[in-house]
Amino acid sequence: MLRFAQQKASTSLSPNGIKILTDLTDLTVAEIRDGFRAGDFSAREVAEGFNANVAAAKALNAFIVETPEKALEAADAADKALAAGETLGALSGVPIGMKDLFCTQGVQTTAASHMLEGFVPTYESTVSAKLWDAGAGMLGKLNLDQFAMGSSNETSYFGNVISPWKRDGGDNSALAPGGSSGGSSSAIAARLCPAATGTDTGGSIRQPAAFTGISGIKPTYGRCSRWGIVAFASSLDQAGPMARTVRDNALLLDVMAGFDPKDSTSLNLPVPQWEAGLSSNLKGKTVGIPKEYRPDGLNAEIAALWDQGIAWLKDAGATVVEVSLPHTKYALPTYYIIAPAEASSNLARYDGVRYGQRDLPDGAGLQDMYAATRAAGFGPEVKRRIMIGTYVLSAGFYDAYYTQAQKVRALIARDFDLAFEQCDLLLTPTAPSAAFTLGEKQADPLAMYLNDIFTVPASLAGLPAMSVPGGVDSQGLPLGLQIIGKALDEQTVLNAGLAIEERAGFVARPDKWW
Amino acid sequence: MVAAWPMSIDLQTVKKIASLSRISVSDAEAEAMVPELNNILGWVEQLGEVDVSGVEPMTAVIPNHQRLRDDVVTDGNVRDKVLANAPQAEHGFFAVPKVIE
Repeated sequence: MLRFAQQKASTSLSPNGIKILTDLTDLTVAEIRDGFRAGDFSAREVAEGFNANVAAAKALNAFIVETPEKALEAADAADKALAAGETLGALSGVPIGMKDLFCTQGVQTTAASHMLEGFVPTYESTVSAKLWDAGAGMLGKLNLDQFAMGSSNETSYFGNVISPWKRDGGDNSALAPGGSSGGSSSAIAARLCPAATGTDTGGSIRQPAAFTGISGIKPTYGRCSRWGIVAFASSLDQAGPMARTVRDNALLLDVMAGFDPKDSTSLNLPVPQWEAGLSSNLKGKTVGIPKEYRPDGLNAEIAALWDQGIAWLKDAGATVVEVSLPHTKYALPTYYIIAPAEASSNLARYDGVRYGQRDLPDGAGLQDMYAATRAAGFGPEVKRRIMIGTYVLSAGFYDAYYTQAQKVRALIARDFDLAFEQCDLLLTPTAPSAAFTLGEKQADPLAMYLNDIFTVPASLAGLPAMSVPGGVDSQGLPLGLQIIGKALDEQTVLNAGLAIEERAGFVARPDKWW
Repeated sequence: MVAAWPMSIDLQTVKKIASLSRISVSDAEAEAMVPELNNILGWVEQLGEVDVSGVEPMTAVIPNHQRLRDDVVTDGNVRDKVLANAPQAEHGFFAVPKVIE
C-alpha cells in the first residue's frame, strides 16, 4: 500500500473533531500540489514550513545558498493565481531545492567550487527555467561534490554535506549522503524540501538516493537539456529529479524533460506524460537479472534485498529471467578514462579571464595566471581528474586509453542491447553498501570510485535508470534497488519503481538530531 | 588489440601533465600524485585485455542527428552580460596581464 492513499493525507481529525494539519513538510510533491489546489492549505504556508526547516538544519550543510524569499515569491504568486481562478502551473505551490550545478539567474552558482565562488549567472538553465515556469519556487542552491566529482559529498569547497541518517545503536558517526547530489539527497530525507534536482554522470542521482532512503531517476541521455548546467562529462551528464516517491519523480520529470535547441544532444522527441502513465501492474513485462552484478563477496544484506526485489516484481506480474552483461567489469575503468577526459576538456574554460576566480601572482604573465588560478580554484579530486584526463588524451596515449575506452563503451552498450532482446528492464542493487562513514574512503580514490560499480554501466549506455528504497539494513540504514530500462522507456522504469515502492512500504525516516 | 600500454609515470611526467593542464603544482604535490595517478592508471589498464577487434569507438550513446539551424543571427548584444562575471573587465573587454612586451 502507498503510505498515503491518494488525497487528504494532509488532514486528520483529532479526538475532539478539530481538523489538524499534519506537518506540511511531511507531504509529497503530489500531495502539496493537490492539497494546495483543493484549498487545504496555502502555498505560502508550505513555503514557510520548508523555509523554517531549511533555516534550522545548518548542521547538515545541505545548502550553499538559501533563497527563502524566492520560495515565498513563487508561493504568493501561486496563491494569487488560485484565488483569481487563473490557470495554475503543474508545480504551482511546490517549493523545491536546486542542485548548485544549475545556473540560476541572479543567484550564485558555484558547482561547490572555489573557482566559481561569487559567480552570478546572467541566465537561467533550461531545466530550472522549466521548473520555475511550471510554478515551482526555489528554497535554495544545494551543496554537491565539487564539479559533481565524488560519491560522498566530501569534495565540496563549502564543506561536507552530512546525511540526516545515523546508524542504530548509538553510533554517532557522521554518514555520507552519497554524491555528487548529496545536498539534494540529504535535504529531501530531512524534509528540508519535498524534491530537488540532481544530475547524474556515473550515478550521482541514484547512489545518493539509495544512501538516504529516497527515489531518483536519471532519464535517457538527451531527455533533459544540459544547457546551463555546469559541465562535467558531456557525453554522460544528465539531469533528473529526486524525491521521496516514484510519483513525484514522474511528475517532476514531466516538467524537466523536453527538446532544447540550445543543447546539441537534446532529443527532439515528444515527452510522454509519465505521471499519467504510472501503473504498478507489470503483467507481460520481463525483468532481467544480470548475473555479473552478483560478484563474489557481494554484501549479504544487499543480496537479500535484491532477492526480495525480484520477488516483489514477480508479485506485480512480471516474469524474471537471468541475463548476462559480460563487459560489466570493464565499465568502471572505461568510465574513469572517459569522464576525466571530458572533464579535462570542459574545465579548460576556467582560466581566470571570463568568470570565476583569478589568481594573479606579482609580475605573473598570462600562462602563470592560468596555472595559479587553476591551482587555487580547483580542489584535489578535480585536479586529479583533470590531470588523468589530460594524460589519457595526450599525444601518443590517446589511442591506448581514450579510443580503447570508447570501443569498450560500445561493447558495454551492446551488452545492454542484447539483454533487452530477452527482457524489458533490469533489476540490480543501486550501490554495493549502505552509506559509509564520512572520511572512510577519502584516503583512497580507487575505493571511492568502486562505489559506483552498479550505476556506471547504465550511464555509459545512456539508459534511463532509477533508484528506489527497498528497506533498511541491520544497522537501520536505507538500501536502494536500481531499475534500468531501455532507451526512452522511462515509463517502464517508473512503473517497476512504483511496484517496488508499493510492496516495500518504506516508511523509515531519520530521527531528527540536527 | 591496442599497442603496448604506456609505462608507469614518474615525477617528471606528472609535472608535464600538470603543465599541460595549466595547474601549478609544488614539488611535494607532484611527488604525492605519482603513486596516486599510477594507482588509477594501473587499474584502468585492464581495458587492454578486452578484444575490441572490429568494434567502432562509440560516438553517441543515443542515435541522434546533428541539427543545422538557419544561418541567422539568434543571439548577441549582450556584451555587459558576458562581461558581468569577469574578474577584470575594462573598456568593454576582458582584461588580462600584458602578453606582448
